Amino acid sequence: MPLVSIVDVRKSFGSNEVLKGVSLPVERGDVVAIVGRSGSGKSTLLRCINGLESHDSGTITVDGLEVGGAATDMRVLRRQVGMIFQQFNLFPHLTALGNVMLAPRIVLKMGEREARDIALDMLAKVGLADKRDNYPSQLSGGQQQRVAIARALAMRPMALLCDEITSALDPELINEVLRVVETLASEGMTLMLVTHEMRFARDVGTKLVFMHQGRVHEEGPPKALFAAPQTLELQQFIGASRA
Amino acid sequence: MIYKLQFADLLPYWDVLVRGLAFTILLTLASTLSGVAVGTLGASARTFGPQWLSRLVGAYVELIRNTPFLVQLFFVYFGLPAAGLKLTETQAAFIAMTINLGAYSTEIIRAGIEATPKGVIEAGVSLAMTRLQVLRHVVLKPAFEKVWPALASQIIIVMLGSSVVSQISAEDLTYAANFIQSRNFRAFESYFVVALAYLMLAILARAILRALGSRLFPKA
Repeated sequence: MPLVSIVDVRKSFGSNEVLKGVSLPVERGDVVAIVGRSGSGKSTLLRCINGLESHDSGTITVDGLEVGGAATDMRVLRRQVGMIFQQFNLFPHLTALGNVMLAPRIVLKMGEREARDIALDMLAKVGLADKRDNYPSQLSGGQQQRVAIARALAMRPMALLCDEITSALDPELINEVLRVVETLASEGMTLMLVTHEMRFARDVGTKLVFMHQGRVHEEGPPKALFAAPQTLELQQFIGASRA
Repeated sequence: MIYKLQFADLLPYWDVLVRGLAFTILLTLASTLSGVAVGTLGASARTFGPQWLSRLVGAYVELIRNTPFLVQLFFVYFGLPAAGLKLTETQAAFIAMTINLGAYSTEIIRAGIEATPKGVIEAGVSLAMTRLQVLRHVVLKPAFEKVWPALASQIIIVMLGSSVVSQISAEDLTYAANFIQSRNFRAFESYFVVALAYLMLAILARAILRALGSRLFPKA
């Protein structure tokens, strides 16, 4: 059974139907790169998976728990899927360490010491052990995003949802974040990435999903798809992003 | 004829002044703590609470912000006994000031809460926090930081406004001035000294609140 299963999901904002029946299985260890033009529904799809947006119909399950299901405690589900945002969204009043420690402390009810150890491990993993006492305002965008990754990892999730996590970064800071994601992928973390980094999608992704007008327009192994896109829309999209 | 200042005439009443000063300080301190607590709860209820509660708090805020403090004080002290609640002057003064500051600080703190970026709240939710946990651990502190200067100003307004509690014979600083000048007829000197005392208190309070702010919200 797939870790994340999305079946015929629809979602409208007012009269604007953003997702028009999306189905997508994600297996453990998959690195799913979701690409597509703005407005194609990529971010909305991602946000439906942990219930930040509620879908109108269809079903999404994560490790057997149905998103928005009557029997589902969404907080249990959210422990399984971490989310990383375009705008980092660090807690501004806490240091890097404080950001990473908070949820293990208050959600997982860990002791101070245990949470601290885990948080320091995670900060070391993203290469920021030395920035533990810095506040977000004292960190570069790339560093903030790596703290955000450490914060999500400290909850020991089964999957990470990455919503355009490099789009707000200066070009020279993008790679430090992508390297961290690549390491996670190589360690077997299940990842769903909405991204505009085509090269990264091709080299690190195990599956490419091209969304177009609220549907999965084309999907498959990234390298094959990049080499020989089957639909005109994906051809144009790849062509446009090369230019 | 030129009026001759006779500050020495206040000296026999120094203990009245000191007691009044102490009363004003303690009353302000107590009602600041309780008022800001009410404001924090009120602002939380308005922004994170269910709609009925939010509306109720909204009504409270409008009621207090659109009526004079003196009338609120009289209502608590003279009005409530009719409903069976008999209060001492001090209790009435404390309650009226708490209710008053509570309403204003609800609005001030609410502004801070509403200035929280949506994404920061979503980050907390995504980390499986409850709404209450998000409010308490993620939203409130930065909210206080944003509105701290406004809140400090309001606390000082309430402290200065506390002078009207002398109207129900609570023995504060203004009561002391009223009392002294009724005995020695040195109105100018009495009110001058008390005005100076208020000025000093306000300056001191501002400094303390500023120091507290930089302590609570460290930023490098």
